[in-house]
Amino acid sequence: MLEMPAPSEEILDRKSDIVRRLKEVAPEATVIHDPDETKAYECDAFTVYTCSPLAVVLPSSTEEVAAVLKICHEESVPVIPRGSGTSLAGGALPTADSVIVGVSRMNEVLETDYDNRFIRVQTGRTNLSVTAEVEGRGFFYAPDPSSQLACAIAGNIAMNSGGAHCLKYGVTTNNLMGIRLVTIEGEIMDLGGPYLDAGGLDLMGIVCGSEGQLGIVTEAILRIVPKPEGARPVLFGFSSNEVAGACVADIIRAGILPVAIEFMDRPCIRACEDFVGAGYPDVEALLIVEVEGAPSEIDMQLGLIKQVAANHNPETVQESLSDEQSARIWAGRKSAFGAMGRIADYICLDGTIPVSELPRVLKGISKLSETYGLGVANVFHAGDGNLHPLILFDANSEEEVKRCEEMGAEILKLCVESGGCLTGEHGVGVEKRDLMPCQYSEADLEAQMRIKDVFDPNWLLNPTKIFPLHISGERRAA
Amino acid sequence: MKPADETELSEAVASTLQPLAITGGGTRPIGPSVAGKTLEVSSLAGIRRYEPEALTLVAGAGTALSDIDRVLAAERQRLAFEPMDHRTLLGRQGEPTIGGTVAANVSGSRRIQAGACRDHLLGVRFVDGMGTVIKNGGRVMKNVTGYDLVRLLAGSFGTLGILTEIAIKVLPDTECKAGLLIHDLKTEEAIQALSAALQSPYEVTGAAHTPSGIDGHPVTMIRLEGFEEQVDYRTKQLKAVLSKFGEIQIEMNQEKVNAGWKWVRDVETFKDRPGEVWKLSVKSSDGPKIVRRIQAEVDADILFDWGGALIWVLVAAGTGDIRRYCEPMAGHATLVRASESAREQIPTFHPQGSLHQRLSDGIRRQFDPRQILNPGLMN
Ligand SMILES: Cc1cc2nc3c(=O)[nH]c(=O)nc-3n(C[C@H](O)[C@H](O)[C@H](O)COP(=O)(O)OP(=O)(O)OC[C@H]3O[C@@H](n4cnc5c(N)ncnc54)[C@H](O)[C@@H]3O)c2cc1C
Repeated sequence: MLEMPAPSEEILDRKSDIVRRLKEVAPEATVIHDPDETKAYECDAFTVYTCSPLAVVLPSSTEEVAAVLKICHEESVPVIPRGSGTSLAGGALPTADSVIVGVSRMNEVLETDYDNRFIRVQTGRTNLSVTAEVEGRGFFYAPDPSSQLACAIAGNIAMNSGGAHCLKYGVTTNNLMGIRLVTIEGEIMDLGGPYLDAGGLDLMGIVCGSEGQLGIVTEAILRIVPKPEGARPVLFGFSSNEVAGACVADIIRAGILPVAIEFMDRPCIRACEDFVGAGYPDVEALLIVEVEGAPSEIDMQLGLIKQVAANHNPETVQESLSDEQSARIWAGRKSAFGAMGRIADYICLDGTIPVSELPRVLKGISKLSETYGLGVANVFHAGDGNLHPLILFDANSEEEVKRCEEMGAEILKLCVESGGCLTGEHGVGVEKRDLMPCQYSEADLEAQMRIKDVFDPNWLLNPTKIFPLHISGERRAA
Repeated sequence: MKPADETELSEAVASTLQPLAITGGGTRPIGPSVAGKTLEVSSLAGIRRYEPEALTLVAGAGTALSDIDRVLAAERQRLAFEPMDHRTLLGRQGEPTIGGTVAANVSGSRRIQAGACRDHLLGVRFVDGMGTVIKNGGRVMKNVTGYDLVRLLAGSFGTLGILTEIAIKVLPDTECKAGLLIHDLKTEEAIQALSAALQSPYEVTGAAHTPSGIDGHPVTMIRLEGFEEQVDYRTKQLKAVLSKFGEIQIEMNQEKVNAGWKWVRDVETFKDRPGEVWKLSVKSSDGPKIVRRIQAEVDADILFDWGGALIWVLVAAGTGDIRRYCEPMAGHATLVRASESAREQIPTFHPQGSLHQRLSDGIRRQFDPRQILNPGLMN
């Protein structure tokens, strides 16, 4: 069970004073403090735990964010930065004595520059609407989390989010050129800019992925990339997970870099087939491999990939020959989470493993599934080893919730043991906080916390995340 | 001092009473000389793990880049960021190491398409200024577990810790390369041509311009890579896109293409010529303007890479800090080659804003409270 520190009674008592001060710097309507209304902010997409904040502020400018943070700093009130609230790790989960500062009203495009291939936006803007802005000119913003319709650039930067296209285009940190950061003391600074590389220490590099613990990011300069001429997938069905895993390894060894290699196991294939009827074969494992380029380039690459796959005797090969067929092949994969949700409640894990360990880890996961008596379906980005095992359970049974959490922890430990990590793209938040010592030694964690000491000496920004409470305790209390 | 392994290194740092000047291959001296005991990490060498199917390689920080290149080439893979070899420009001997490459975040021409050295790092191990061994990241492609110290260590020039091990993402090598050359463009036009190429969907992996090429005339250079059929197709397409800028010469001779891009990557054009060399990182469309401002004040030779976002500048010895001619400039300037006395006087790295400086100093104090790791190198 998740432990959270008890709220400070002393702060709760000062609520009306704090709210009054916030209203002096932000328009009345953007300061939310009525418990009926703050309830909407009691969690993000990690819904197992909930707690309403003291208040919520939705500033409309960097200067307003700065003024709000200055007050929170003076009043020693914890601050929870928030984008769209789609974190799966509880990154934006508040405590009762905290003020949520959300950037959702700050969603302007400030500059688009095709000659230098960047776009400058306020960070409340959603991921997909960044691409929408530049699509007409043949560009896109590459990191594409499945939540891209809803999630904000703010959360993407804080979590260093990834997506299906990462194998080729990298994750958020690889596509970020500059940020405007407001410190907890209310100072505003620009890190990076419309040019390459840092001139001194790469502070932007450390802010990206720091889960809102170092400051609030209000603007971002994002690299935009010319859209490829086209893309087309091929689907393979295999008789076992092992064979599918071996095929992934061989494709990469052959010198081809597909834009996506997606993997689904039998439970997941079944569920998707029942849900959308994508025409998936009845096999143990399937791979969807997509390549990009002009039609002739695609033909050539898919030809090579089919040659490699042939050595593994696939039970089915479906090469898409049209946009319509591509859409059908992707339909099942894209609805995987929804399809699983129809069968049972599930939690979605996010460990990454070295690709070479795929068969062993998948076997380990099915063993754990037997031991704990809970079903698991696997659907993930195979090219980069980022697993998303979905553990199926009944959320109404307290006992099953507990069993599910325990089993999730065991799977993540297995990922770490096999040379991988706890989270490939969703972040630590509160969800994986207490598992951090499996991956990192005390010295490793201490080194990370020293960075926070510099940016936020009083530990007011999102203080109960990432680091196990007993490890961050002294700092938070100080 | 030349510790044999990470444990010895950690003990050496913990017990030292003097500042340490950290060196890998010693091929990229930069900044004012560090007064301290030399600490060589070249013994921490060796490739510890290489999984071509996982695109990952783990090596001791002292491993020679040439060893890594050789092992990768045998599997038809490569370091996609194409690290520059500074020996030519700086007239140094020795073997560049992977640790030095990471500590200085060294990339080459392909940076414009594939990202910088820092973008290819998966994990690091390092020893901080107290002698504590710290690891961050790992050896997998995607990892957001905790803070990203990997990116912070890249380009920190040994001032936050001494790198002992690097895990890095490698990529398939390409079957074929093509060079597209346009002759005699004015600088503005050249940068526009490079920008047009980079805005195309043909995944340009090199975009450079020299106002005075080997025969003294301006040459604009673009590189395409891929499978043979792919390169053929893209060359034709891109030629059509760029035809408005002038006649386009296509170079398919692989040796010539490789030599041309090595010439750009290693800034060979300045190699035997005396003077101070600067590296400017700018918004590419600002480049011509900035160069004009510099040339209005002093004689300067120029090489553009990264589509114009990287400007190499050669000025006479004793010119002093050229930043005063560049302002206002979105970007930063680094002094890469100068006499020892010039390096004592001119700040090597671009002066930071006061808040940036305060945070950077704060981080250095946390990782190196005794100020013994390359003290003074970065500020
Ligand atoms: C259905 C679904 C699919 C998903 N698929 C993916 C996926 O494919 N890949 C992936 O990587 N993630 C995925 N996610 C997770 C989530 O969408 C990402 O983590 C996303 O980046 C969160 O963005 P957000 O704006 O919703 O952030 P929030 O949930 O609001 O916040 C996330 C974290 O960022 C911090 N934060 C927010 N705004 C700021 C700011 N301005 N400054 C500093 N810190 C800030 C918060 O404190 C919190 O720690 C998925 C989530 C869902 C629900």
